[in-house]
Formats: sequence, C-alpha cells, structure tokens
Amino acid sequence: MSTAPITRVADFYHPEPADFFHKYVWSYDHKVIAKQYMWTAFTFLILGGVLAMLLRWQIAYPNAPVPIIGPLLHDAFFFGADGSITPNGYLELATMHGLVMVFFVIIPLIVGAFGNYLIPLHIGSRDVAFPLLNALSYWLYLPAGLLMFSSFFVDKGAAAAGWTAYPPLSDAAGASEPMLGMNLVLAGIFLAGFSSILGGLNFLVTIVKLRAPGMTWSRLPLTTWAQFITAVFQVLATPMLAAAGAMLLFDRIAGTSFFIPTGLTVGSDLAANSGGGFPLLWQHIFWFYAHPAVYILILPSMGFASDILAAFSRKPVFGYRAMVISLASIMGLGFVVWGHHMFVSGMNPVMGMAFMVSTVFIALPSGVKVFNWLGTLWGGSIRLKPPMLYAISFVSMFIVGGLSGIFMAASPVDIYIHDTYYIIAHFHYVVFGATLFSVFAATTYWFPKMFGRMMNEKLSILHWGLTFLFFNLAFFPMHFLGEAGHMRRLATSTGYEFLNPLAPWNEFITLSAFALGMTQLLFMYNFIYSVFKGEKAPDNPWEASTLEWTIPNPVPVYNFKELPIVTRGPHEYSSPDTLPGDWLPQNAPARPADAPGAAPAGASH
Amino acid sequence: MSDEHHATLSPSFHAERRDLRAMGMWLFLGSEVMFFTAFFGAYIVVRSASVESIVHPLDKVLGALNTVVLITSSLTMALAVAWSKRGERAKTGWALLATLALAGVFLVVKGFEYAHHFQEGVFPRSDIFHGFYFLLTGFHGVHVIGGMISLAILWVRNRRGDFDEHYNDPIEMTGLYWHFVDLVWIFLFPALYLL
Repeated sequence: MSTAPITRVADFYHPEPADFFHKYVWSYDHKVIAKQYMWTAFTFLILGGVLAMLLRWQIAYPNAPVPIIGPLLHDAFFFGADGSITPNGYLELATMHGLVMVFFVIIPLIVGAFGNYLIPLHIGSRDVAFPLLNALSYWLYLPAGLLMFSSFFVDKGAAAAGWTAYPPLSDAAGASEPMLGMNLVLAGIFLAGFSSILGGLNFLVTIVKLRAPGMTWSRLPLTTWAQFITAVFQVLATPMLAAAGAMLLFDRIAGTSFFIPTGLTVGSDLAANSGGGFPLLWQHIFWFYAHPAVYILILPSMGFASDILAAFSRKPVFGYRAMVISLASIMGLGFVVWGHHMFVSGMNPVMGMAFMVSTVFIALPSGVKVFNWLGTLWGGSIRLKPPMLYAISFVSMFIVGGLSGIFMAASPVDIYIHDTYYIIAHFHYVVFGATLFSVFAATTYWFPKMFGRMMNEKLSILHWGLTFLFFNLAFFPMHFLGEAGHMRRLATSTGYEFLNPLAPWNEFITLSAFALGMTQLLFMYNFIYSVFKGEKAPDNPWEASTLEWTIPNPVPVYNFKELPIVTRGPHEYSSPDTLPGDWLPQNAPARPADAPGAAPAGASH
Repeated sequence: MSDEHHATLSPSFHAERRDLRAMGMWLFLGSEVMFFTAFFGAYIVVRSASVESIVHPLDKVLGALNTVVLITSSLTMALAVAWSKRGERAKTGWALLATLALAGVFLVVKGFEYAHHFQEGVFPRSDIFHGFYFLLTGFHGVHVIGGMISLAILWVRNRRGDFDEHYNDPIEMTGLYWHFVDLVWIFLFPALYLL
C-alpha cells in the first residue's frame, strides 16, 4: 500500500497478507474466497454424489446390502442391520441429496466460486465492494454445510421429509417424535441463506458501483450480467426461505402451529399443536423462494455459456441486447410462477390456470436464449476445445430439460406426471445436464486464469464424452418411468405390481449412474493434478477479449496494475476493427490502427 | 477495515465509499423487508381465513407506549447522524446514548409484556394468534438487540474519536437500519394490537 492517501474506492485493496491464516483462511481477496468456495463445493459435490449412488443402489437392488460399505457401516446412518438401506434411510438420502446439491454445491459453485472470481475481473475492479462481507459469507457457508452433514450423526438421522420439507410431514410436532436432524438441517439452510443474501448484495453493489471507466452496461460480459440478475434473486427471494424455515423451526421447537391445521391427527392421536395454520402456506412461501432458486441455479450457467460460445465461435454473441433482456424477463417472470409446483396441492384451480400461463411465458425468453446461442454458433469458426464441448452440451441438455419443463407447466399434463420420475428427469436435465456441464465448461475455461496452469485437454475431452453419454443413459429413461407412473421418493418399487416391468430400467439407470459417477473421478484427477502439476498456462490461452485475460498469470492481489479503460464490448471477435488478428481485448485503444502492435498482444497495460 | 488503512484514506475516498455502503445497506433492508413480508403475509392469510374471530388480549397501552418510545429513538438516531456529519462529537455521543437508552426502555416494556403472558400461561403454542405474536415481536426484538449492540460499539468508537465530518458512515448506516427497525414496529403495532 502506497503512502499517498487513497482518493478513490477503485484504488483500494487489502494488501496481500504474509501469514498463512490471513492468506488462505480468513482472506479478503475475492480470488482466494472464490477458490475456498470452489474446493468446498467440489467436496460437497462428491459427498452429494455418493448419496445419489446409494439411492440408485436401493432402487435397482431393493433391500440388498450395499457392497463394501454396507457391511462396514451396518446399523449406522441409513443402513440396516444387514448393510442394506432402510426405507427411512432412503428418504434421508433423497432429502439430503437434494438439499446438499442445490444449496451447498450448485449455488456456491456458480455464484460463490465463479461469481466471486469473475465479477471484479470482468468489470475491471480491484476487489468486490465489501471484502469483509465476502469473507463472512464464505465462513457462514462452510459451517452451514457442516451443520447439514452433522445431521446424519444425530439420533434418528437427518431430515427425511423431502428437500421441499412439506408440512405436516416435516413438522415434527405434527408428524412424529422430534428429530434433531431436521432442526439441524433447517438451521444449516437458514445460515446458507444468510450467506447467499450477503453475497448477492455484495455483487450488486460491486457491479453497479465499481465498473472501470468505459465499462458501460452494454459492455458487461454476459457472465457478469447473469450474476447481476441472479444477485437480485438472491437478495429478494432468499429471505423468504429464511422466514419459512424460521416458522417451521418455531412449529417444531416452540410448538406453534403456523403450518398445522386444526384437528390434525397423528396415527390415532390428535396433534399436540393448537392448530389453525395451513400446510399450503408453507408451499406458497417455500416455492416463492424455491422457484426463483431454480433460476439462481441456471442463470449464471447461461452467462458462462454465452461468453464461452462466443469466444470459441470467434463471433460476438448473437443478439447481446436480447440476451440481457431475456435474462431480466426470466427474473421478472420467475417471481410469479411458483404456483406451478402446486397444481395438485389442492390450490384453487383458477390460480393454477394463472400460474400455468405465467409459466408458459418463460418459454419465450428461454427460447430467445437458445436460438441466440445457435445463432452465435452459426457461421462461426468454431474451435472445439473442452470448454466449447461442455458449453455446446449445456445448450443441448438445456433444450431437452426446457422442453420437458413445458409439459409440466401445463397443469392438465402435470396432474398426471406430478411426483413421478418425469420430474426427476426434467430437473436433472436442467441442473446436471445444463448447469453442471456449464460448471465443467467454466472450470476448464477459467482454470488457466485461476490456477495459472492448463487442464489436460485429452482427459477433459474424454471426461466430456463419457459424462455426456452416461448422463443421457442415466436420466433419459427416467422420462419413460415417469410416463409409466413410477413415483419419486419410493424406496422400493417391488410393492407395486404395475411397476414390476420397470425393474430392468431401474437397474439400467443405476448402472449408468454408477458409470457417470466413476467418470467424475477423471475430472477430479485432472483438476487436482493440473492445479499442482499442469502445464503452465499462457496469459490468454483462448484468445478471449474480456478483461480477465489482459492480466498476467498469476493474477496479482490487486488484479489490475492500472485500472483498465474499456473501449469495446465483451465479444470483440472477427470484426473489421480486429484485423489483422481476429480479436481485441476490451481495453484495446479506441482506434487500433494508432496503437503500436495492434495485433492481439493482450498486454495493453 | 484496520486503522493503518484509515490513516491514508482521503475525504473523497470516504465520500465514494459512503455511497457504496449506503447502497449495500438499502439492499440489505430490501432483503429484510422480504423477510418480514413472509411473516406478515402468513399472518394476513391466517387472520383473514380464520373462522373464529381472534380475541387478542394484548395491552394496547403498553403497545402504544412502546410505539412512542421507538419513534422518539428514531428522532435521536437521526440527530446522531446529523451531528456526526457536522463533526460534533459530544452531541453525537449523547444522541447515540439516548437512542440506546430508549431501545432499552422498549425492551424492558416488551419484557414486562412477555412476563405477563407467561404468568397467565400464554405461550407461543397456546394458539395461532400468539404464535404469530411471539414470532413477529421475537424477530423484531432480535433486530432491536442487534441495533443496540451496534449503537454501543458506535458510542465507544465515537468517544475514541474514530469519526469526523468526513468519515461517519457506520453511524449513518446504523441510522438507516434503526429507522427500518422502527418501521417494522409501526406495522407490527396495528397488526397485532389494534386490528
């Protein structure tokens, strides 16, 4: 830090600390915090994946002992005496898999890790607006995650009421004996929500106030636009979840009856609560948050894909303005569609009609995005590098997941497929097929900047091909199961005669899912190996034009030695200006002909 | 923010950062509004759908007294912000202390109300109305306590001379927050005590 007084916020940054604790643990540097999020979320991803594998085992081989770990852990956690998964254990697994993946893997990865890392670099800033809050939001997220997992170790196990925690089932006072696990999970989600709110408002202020000179709203990379819109969701929708969770905790601990109706019986006894509340109230408040949360899961991915498709098609993204407007309209509509989760809940059918119409409207901006991605690819000089392969897969999987979504939006169809495997297929096509593929795209794309090394290209391509294959083998047949009426959250399908012919499908899905899980080891190996031993990366390996690539590796603590002056849009590829090369950095001098060495030198500072 | 940085930050830096912090605080309050909206929304739904009319035995006089106390504390808070911007350290300190004291009075009155309920055997689980009553006033009370902690820290920092006419945004931000806490009560009082 210089001795002259700092006159602008843009010049301020926390100098790099010397000691280990402040450098890697309690760090104010957005890049370090991003990596903390990344490592933690990847770890939770593995744990969440293991939960999914166990689920699949039970469905394919009902009540058979789980190989290897079953006998070792018999009678503990969700295992029975013979090492098989108990019915209640199955529900715990399903509930925790959903909660962990949504709140502790996907959101922290795409927002916490990539949002944190990229926003300041994309807008040309030295850090986020509130570095202390940023550190705090990570250090709320980690204990929240540990709280979640700790629930497996308490008496009667973790939450088992589904990730949506519908009362009265989730309302212990109304349903059964109190379970500490559910309370721990609710507390974990409350904390994670608080962390999410702090992160969101930090990003909003950063993007609004700290953009470098010349970084106008129409020059923001689409990744950052998507993060901006996501942050609005986080700040305005997440508190609803916190409130709903608080009310549920009150019901469970203090014995109130916000979600418990008068005269509820449990078994043959009247519930202890006084009653007067409404179970539907929970669904309304929960989905008022959780539907926007679904867009929190997908919007940042759309941003990554837009920037990556442009960079590897060597073309500006098709319809930049339409891309931004469609992001914003998805947000606006996203707040008024929550009722489509409740078509069969007993809600007034007139409301169902209204929610159906608003939901179908979301197909419009989503369609705009898909066609614009295709338009971006059209006529580009495409470079099929790993990030591009993942990004193209993102688009194709999003199309499948989006189309099946339209079936569910139509309430007459939804009444039939509600709570079946069709929903699981749809949801995983969007959140695994689309979001996780975009996470792989973003990881391979920004890895050279984050860690200064390249990931192994051949391994990445192998991982991409196998993941694409096994993903589709695992999840596409679920559409058939759903159409055949196979219910979700069903520990064994053997009790239902009409489900017996589907057993081979279940086994096939499970084997594909195991193969899919194994394939991820490739990525894990590639990631960890490359962090330490990968080939040293050039400053701009992809010849991309956004600002982060103008910074030399490794990125210094202050990001930009001099703050960039932005003169161009985010996708400056293949325009006449860029000749003789086919790209220019966003901060290239306004008239490139005047600049010495106008070709893509990238080192304009 | 550590103090060695503070020494090298110019007034223009503080002015710019004040804007950042104000925006952050407004967004946080927006988030808080949504948080309380969920409770109020649920309360409205339950109240309007309840077949039996809810007889609420809350003490209107104590509620009204607390409303006056909190509104007065908003005034002293506003004075603290205004005086700190003029660099009048002593007056700022007294205004902060007055706000803190009024917040304390509010909590004492609330405590008497709670104690009275418990004596009568009225608990959150007693009926749906008291569930909402304890939920809303409880979360509001937690916000009051949070504000009091913040006010106490500000009073110490003000006494120590951390603030001057250029750098006073912690006081201003706490002010914004405190007015929000006041505003929540202004909705709570009629919703729970009068309607």
